[in-house]
Amino acid sequence: MGVIRFVLAGTLGIRDLPDLEPSLRALTGDQPVFIDLERAELIDTSIAWIILSTRKRLEEKGQCKISGASPNVARIIDTIASAIPEPEPSAKEGPWLAGFLGRLGSGVVNSGVMFARFAGVLGLFIVRLAQSVIHPREFRLTALVHQCEAVGLQAVPIVALMSFLIGVVLAFQGSAQLRQFGAEVFVVDLIAISILRELGILLTAIIVAGRTASAFTASIGSMKMREEIDAMRTLGIDPGHALVVPRVLALVLMLPILGLIADGAGLFGGALMSWLELGISPAMFATRLVDGTEVSNVFVGLVKAPVFAVLIGVIGCQAGLQVGKTAESLGKMTSSAVVAAIFAVILADAVFSIFFQQIGL
Amino acid sequence: MTDTVIEIRGLQNRFGSHVVHDGLDLDVYRGEILGVVGGSGTGKSVLLRTIAGLNKPSAGSVRLLGTNMQSATEAELDAVSDRIGVMFQDGALFSSLTVLENVEVPLKTIPDLRKETREDLARLKISLSGLPWNAGDKYPAELSGGMRKRAGLARALALDPEIAFLDEPTAGLDPIGAAAFDEVIRDLSRTLGLTVFLVTHDLDTIYAVCDRVAVLAEKRVLVTGSVASMAEVDHPWVREYFLGPRARAARGTIDARPAKG
Repeated sequence: MGVIRFVLAGTLGIRDLPDLEPSLRALTGDQPVFIDLERAELIDTSIAWIILSTRKRLEEKGQCKISGASPNVARIIDTIASAIPEPEPSAKEGPWLAGFLGRLGSGVVNSGVMFARFAGVLGLFIVRLAQSVIHPREFRLTALVHQCEAVGLQAVPIVALMSFLIGVVLAFQGSAQLRQFGAEVFVVDLIAISILRELGILLTAIIVAGRTASAFTASIGSMKMREEIDAMRTLGIDPGHALVVPRVLALVLMLPILGLIADGAGLFGGALMSWLELGISPAMFATRLVDGTEVSNVFVGLVKAPVFAVLIGVIGCQAGLQVGKTAESLGKMTSSAVVAAIFAVILADAVFSIFFQQIGL
Repeated sequence: MTDTVIEIRGLQNRFGSHVVHDGLDLDVYRGEILGVVGGSGTGKSVLLRTIAGLNKPSAGSVRLLGTNMQSATEAELDAVSDRIGVMFQDGALFSSLTVLENVEVPLKTIPDLRKETREDLARLKISLSGLPWNAGDKYPAELSGGMRKRAGLARALALDPEIAFLDEPTAGLDPIGAAAFDEVIRDLSRTLGLTVFLVTHDLDTIYAVCDRVAVLAEKRVLVTGSVASMAEVDHPWVREYFLGPRARAARGTIDARPAKG
């Protein structure tokens, strides 16, 4: 039985580790091992670590000695020897099923909590609005006007363009189908009813949900991140008055107007396409529109707007107030606010459909 | 045998019409801890970023470990970047990775390194920078500011760099955490032969760890020298900084502390 001398020489660093490691791991500890560092000029922490972990592994079975280290090398080895961490038990994951059920449960609870928070912010909005009526001094008119411009005026081009294109598409697709029955002229009814009753306001609400809910969350959320909302509270300014009421109220005022603009743009697009594609003149379109479409359709469409507005605004503000201290939470809450707002709008639209069906409108 | 690892000559940095550095010269020697101090807005962090190659100077030359950073090819710059480590102010950890994975990122550039070895080395670096084992499995958002800085240090030191650039390592830490961090920096520099380029405001750190101080003022390095020699510099800002009440307090605590290492 001989002795193994393992000689390390020169300057060694982490880039030499992949070459060095297999031969050190090949040592089995059946024979005494001497790791000779006499010719090692400089080693880095990774080399010191592999030497020390080899020694630890071999000492369990036999003998291993490190010898000949120069002061520089010995100092690094000593530093690493005292720094090698002891593994600590980390929290074990339970069995698969338990993990699944746990996530499901926390998901259900979280959605309940989220609904409760939504109700909380909705309540805050209503209470603060009522207080503003009693004490008009508390009301922030400047903020309201500013928000009206941001959520209303600046959204007009995109809403009008979108609705115009939807009108064009409806006329184009509708005429292709109705022509088979020789009933081209009913395309006017198709466009009018679908846009006035459903599409105009629904698509406007979806665009506004994407545009404004995210803007609310981002602006309130970044204030929350920088502790501005806490600062407001310590200065006696109520975030409900200062932030929530102007935003949600602006949306409640502006969304019906945007819906009306969308209706107009949609009808214009439809009329234009009917004229070009089917030869229905604008005058004939107008006559047919007034004769064939009840005005209740407009009412059914626009009455939904304030409800959508409250849903979008409250969800956006609520998500903003939930933002934590990190930039990631701001991003997460912004995207979840948009998803939640669009979902809420479509859900509310479905409920309205059933309601109007039942009362026969 | 003073070996110059950073050599800056005639450096000029300007942003628009705002000149931050003009005719700045600075040498940093191997194995020393250099503290860079200066008032707010004197371009300490800009200087650090310029040396590390993150900011292109408008004039002058920076030689880092013998490589001219302005004329170097991409391959040369890559080779240099393996030999330096930068710790940013808030750690700049990748938020989607755990601390352990963060420290493993630079180790992944080493070809053929076994996965287990990589993890063990990362654990070692985390322990060297003074973090407990369990911190490795956490995400940056779950750590306190001081722990994030330590994790940033662990990542900066992952490849055993020759020079570590530390941007305000103790800013925002409580005095106990800051003192512990000072000790980590000093120990690592002494045992690993690490050169440290330290940007700081913290007088305690300067007195506790720095071998040499460089004062940035009037768009250049006004003066360099040992901390003790700063008291003799005849410049209003330097006098106020090193002889002011806070400096006296910092010096007092360092003198009162029993000498170590």
